[in-house]
This record gives sequence, C-alpha cells and structure tokens, in this order.
Amino acid sequence: MANQLIVSLSPHVHSGDSVQRNMYGVCIALLPALLCSFWFWGLGAILVTTVSVASCLFVEWSVNKFMLKNPRLTITDGSAVITGLLLAFNLPSNIPLWMVGIGALFAIGVVKMTFGGLGCNLFNPALAARAFMLISFPVEMTTWPTTGQPFTTYADAQTGATPLALIKDAVKTGDASLLDDLPSAFDMLVGATGGCMGEVCALALLLGLGYMLIRHIITWHIPVSIIATVFVITGIMHWMNPVFVSPVIEILSGGLMLGAIFMATDYVTSPMTPKGQLVYGIAIGVLTVIIRTFGAYPEGMSFAILIMNAFTPMINMYCKPQRYGAVEGSDK
Amino acid sequence: MKTFKIGGVHPQENKLSASEPIRQAPLPQVAVFPLGQHIGAPAKPIVSKGDVVKVGQPIAEAGGYVSAPIHSSVSGTVLKIDTVIDASGYAKPAVFIQVEGDEWEESIDRSKQLVRLEEHPELTDKDIIAKIQNAGIVGLGGACFPTHVKLSPPPGNKIEWVIINAVECEPYLTADHRLMLEHTDEILVGTTLIMKAVGVTQGFIAIENNKPDAIRLMTEHARAYTGIEVVPLKVKYPQGGEKQLIDAVVGRQVPAPPALPASVGAIIQNVGTAYAVYQAVMKNKPLFERVVTVTGKSLAHPSNLMTRIGTPMNLLIDECGGLPEDTGKIIGGGPMMGKALVNTEVPVCKGSSGILIMTGTDARRAKPGPCIRCGKCVTACPMGLEPYLLADGAAREMWDLLEHNDITSCIECGSCQFTCPAHRPLLDYVRIGKSTVTGIIKSRS
Repeated sequence: MANQLIVSLSPHVHSGDSVQRNMYGVCIALLPALLCSFWFWGLGAILVTTVSVASCLFVEWSVNKFMLKNPRLTITDGSAVITGLLLAFNLPSNIPLWMVGIGALFAIGVVKMTFGGLGCNLFNPALAARAFMLISFPVEMTTWPTTGQPFTTYADAQTGATPLALIKDAVKTGDASLLDDLPSAFDMLVGATGGCMGEVCALALLLGLGYMLIRHIITWHIPVSIIATVFVITGIMHWMNPVFVSPVIEILSGGLMLGAIFMATDYVTSPMTPKGQLVYGIAIGVLTVIIRTFGAYPEGMSFAILIMNAFTPMINMYCKPQRYGAVEGSDK
Repeated sequence: MKTFKIGGVHPQENKLSASEPIRQAPLPQVAVFPLGQHIGAPAKPIVSKGDVVKVGQPIAEAGGYVSAPIHSSVSGTVLKIDTVIDASGYAKPAVFIQVEGDEWEESIDRSKQLVRLEEHPELTDKDIIAKIQNAGIVGLGGACFPTHVKLSPPPGNKIEWVIINAVECEPYLTADHRLMLEHTDEILVGTTLIMKAVGVTQGFIAIENNKPDAIRLMTEHARAYTGIEVVPLKVKYPQGGEKQLIDAVVGRQVPAPPALPASVGAIIQNVGTAYAVYQAVMKNKPLFERVVTVTGKSLAHPSNLMTRIGTPMNLLIDECGGLPEDTGKIIGGGPMMGKALVNTEVPVCKGSSGILIMTGTDARRAKPGPCIRCGKCVTACPMGLEPYLLADGAAREMWDLLEHNDITSCIECGSCQFTCPAHRPLLDYVRIGKSTVTGIIKSRS
C-alpha cells in the first residue's frame, strides 16, 4: 500500500480549467459572427471558412508530423481552429480558395510553428497572415462583395466599397458630403455593409465578447481600452472638423470590433498584467486612428495590433502587477 | 463584504464534515512525538527509555527561544527515542511512548466550567505569555510558529489589533468551524487573553461567510466580551494567509519580508490557538490534543476528531471507516497547501489540521502543456507576483531575475498552479527558485 501512494507537492487540486476549455470557448464566442457571415454570404463564406480551418489544422499537423523531432498532437488544443476561423473572418467571402490555403500556410507554418508553436509566437498568426495576403494579393484582398447574396457563386458576387474606404475618401478630398453615402449606424451594427466576413456584424461580435467575459476567458481590459480610445480620439476629431466621421460610425466600422474583441485579446501575443493590457489597448487605439486617418490603407486595426504585438514583451517587462505590500516611494 | 484586494481563487469548498460534531479519537497503542514539530530549534528530550509519564507531562524542553516544549498526550512508558518519518517525509528524531491507561497530571483542570479573564484579575501579560510558552503552544493553523514569540513583537512595533484567524479557507477542513460551534466561549476567553498579553483593546474574529452558523453564534456570544468584533469575510482563497487576512480585516498591507505583521500593528492568531491558549492559561492544560478533520470524498465517515498529538494517522483513518481501496494520495492538511504523506503511520503533530484522502484519479496531476501566456496566474497571485515569469526564470536558473521580481514574497499558496489552464507545475519551480534565491541573499550578509 505505502509504496502506491502518490507523493507530490501542493496544491493537490486544480480549478479544472484547461487550454481546450478556453480555446473552444473562444470558438463558441465566434459562432454568432460566423453564422452572420454564412447568412450574408452563404456558400462563399462557408467555403472560405471550411478551407481556412481545414488548412490551418493540416499545416499544424504536417509540421508536427514531418518536421519536429518529437512530434506532438497539438491540433486538438483548439488554437489552430481559432486561427483558421479568425483568418477566414479577415478575408472577403469571394477570395479564391487557393489563396486561403497560402494564408493558412503562412499563419500556422511560418508565424506560429517556426517560433515554437502554441505559446511561443510573437505575432497573432491570423493577423500576420492577413497582412501577408494583403501585400501578396492586393486586389483580391480588397474587393468586398456586398451582403445579402447567399446564393450566388462567389466568383459572380456583386462588390462594393466599404464604409472605411468612403471615410478615407472624405478625409483625402476634404469633402464631408461623401459621408452621406455611409450606411446608418444601425446598419453597421447588424452588419448590412461590405467588408471582411467576420467583421461586419458588430452585434454578433459583442455577443461573443459577452460570452467570453462571463466564462472568464478574457478580461475587459483590452477590448474596452481599445474601443474607448478610438471613440474618444475620433470623437474629438469629429467635433473639431465634421469631415472626420462620427465616433459611433468609427467604432462600428472595419475590423475594429473584431480586432478589439478577438484579435488583440489573443493570449499569446497580448500582455499578461491588467496594467499592461490597458497600455496595450490604448496604444492600439491610438495607432488605429493614426493609420486610418493618415496611412495609405483605409483599415488600421490589423497593423496596429501587429505593431503592438511586437511591443508586448517590453510591456510585460515594465508593467508589473501591483505587488502586495509595496510601500509608496520605496521603488526598488 | 470585506476581502483582500489582490488576486485570489475560489476552489470548491467540499466541507464534507461541517455538520459532524467533534468526537474523541481512540488512544493509540504507541504515541510518537517528533521533536521538531514547530518552526525554530527542535525540542530536547528530557525523558529516557523506561521513564513513566502522565498525560500533560513535559517530555521535551524548548531548544531555544524560538522553540516550544512538547508534552506527552498519553500516560505510559517511554519505549525509545528514535527516528520517525513525519509529515515532511523525512526521518526526524522522536520520542516513542507505550500507552498504558489514561492518567492525567493532577494540575490539569478537567472540568467543563468556563473560567473568564475577569475571575483572574491578577493575571499579567507576562504571566499569560509565560503560561503559553510553558504549554508548548504553537500556531495551530499549520505554520507552527511558537505563539509566545509572536506575542512578544520586537520593540518599536505598536500593536493595535489582535485578529483571530477563523477563516479556514482550505477546502475540506472543518476543524476550526466545529471548534467555533462547540467551544464558542472558550475561544472568546482565549481571545481576551491574547489581547491582554499584547496589550490591545480591539480584537477581531475573522470568519468566511460560508460558515454562517459560526458567524451568528460567535457574534451573539461576543456581545458579552468587550472589544471583540466578529468580521464576516467573502469566501476567497488564500484569505487565511496572514498577509491577506490583515488586508481583508483592517485594510493594511505588510511590507515585503523581513517585515512582520506586527509592523502594521496586527497580531494574527489561529482560532485553534486561541482555544489552546484558554486551555493553557485557565485550565493549566498544555497543548497535547487538537481537532483533526479526517475527510475525503471516498472516505466512509468524514469526521472531526479531538486527537492526542502523537496518534498515528492510520488510527484516525480507521476510525472514519478505513482507508478506501482506490486511495491514491493521503494529504496532511488541506488540498491547497497540505503535504502528501509517504505512509499512514505518520503521527499527528501540533500543526496537523486535517487528513485528506484522495482517490487515485483525483490525485494524479494532468499532463502539463506549453504556457499560453493567458496571464491567469498573474491575476490569481495574492502577492501580486508573476508566477509564469518566476517559474520560467527558476527553470532557466536566472536567479537575479527572480530576486528582482520579488520571488521571496511568494507565500506558496498554490493559487497560480491551481488556476493554470495548461496545468503547469508553476509552484514546484517557484519553490526551487525561492529557496535558491533566499540562500543567495543569506550568503551575502
């Protein structure tokens, strides 16, 4: 009997939380937006999503199987599924499928696995792949089919400008009347507008945020700080000069909600402490507004997040949690 | 409702034995008294083989100021002085006593009559501390720090409050809970004695609100005593940690080590210690028995047993229905900070608050995965540290990094490892780092 006893150090119990619970929790949170994209773009959206998730899983499995000395089965941890879903969310629904495969290869093969797999990547794999595809396939990546065509084949879909492109034109030409073509804030909330598959329906994304907060998968710090920062800065700009669009439209447009809720909150590439997360969120907000207003691209969210991903180790180094018993002024 | 400010987790409470009244554990055939069952110098034996001892008779004297004497909990003959494997897993010197009958020292008052401080106005603070020291009382919450040392804080500290730790934040354990329900007034008198010993007029009894019956009873009875207030606290682990409890009750934080709780004006004593102080001062009864919770989901009858120190744990397990077939781990203490025992012959010591039986499936740790940098350990840490960084630094032997990131402040509560989704053995690594860094700091001076 005695030699059968397990002897290990405390603690002897565990919360029951697991990587899978968190990862698949994120997948569940992504469902409302996913269903919206299926509703808006039907076949195209389903095909792009399926190809994206399947290629991400396949690339991760292949790297493990054929390239590592100690192969591990990591595709069940759910992180590759999230990358696949998020990559699809960042693509137009009519993009040629082979490009989706290349994107998945870059996301998982280059950005994630070469750095050591789950937990080791510097950049958000889905976002880095989006940036890579934006440079590699500029036309296909910026042609947005309008919503409500679930039954056309993806190649024949009607396309249209995104709200952000209109906003950019208004700023460039200084002609505020261009903003009259913008969809209403309500249309943008429910997603009746052009854009990437996952980003158009802010309401569905906010549902996902609520779910992740209730399940304690993420904390409020990053999404709230990003959205609030963008709202405040664009609010001031709009108040000073109406050629800048109202802050409500600004936070509902483009990938802001998607980025703030699902991209910037990626565990691996965001800071660990609440203080660090606020710094990170505010910086993403500021960078987004700068890129959207002054940059060459109409959309700034993904680049802002990628830039701040690079600063995350530094933020972790400087933004320490508040130590117990730290007396003011006794900084060491 | 009050609680501490930084971090914390909420493990499943599993207080299986909360409604089991305390009952007397059987006497062992041989009682074993390890000489080092407190923090500080081990006690020195003052009996030798063949000596006949009574219940309550000292068998070992304190090995220094920070030390405590040990009293026999049984009557009988000293068999030998040998080594025994105690809860730490190491062989330690111990006195073995063959039990014969149950004959107590005459000086011990065995009546149930409550004696209040008002009946002994002649007692001075020094008398109380001397009696506590002679009774071998140590912190019964598990740390086993000699109580008389804690009640004599270094000069320069102004003590304002005594806080009685009745939080019992460890899952499964119910010894303190039952003690409060069954010995309410003894605890309150013990509290007044501790208050008198350190010269304060304000005492708090901190109880988590998962024990509403104890809060109600203690609050009712406390009205008859001046200066004692019962403070209900929100359930959160590790609230029973001294530093967390001070923060929760009076809102002050103790500076980093080597500062003591006394430096912010608080003295913390466990509720079991308060009961032992009452017994020692008012009843002349040295510390030789305590309440031990014997519990576990697979155990037939989880119980709270008034147990003589030195009783082997297998006797207690048998008393509660015997060791279940599928037992995988036996823990001395609670599941968060207790120690896994190497065998069931380990004797109950002064700090043994519980025996927890875990089945083989519950006892096994899940396979660790890579850190996903979710930051949940940082959020959970009640000391505001970064467990992921400390564990990683310890694995890479980056001692400077660990020192600069305050690894010595770690209280080893296990909240980080409990919460880690990747099941990483964070605290295992942090312990290595903490002991190494502590050694490096010591070697410098």
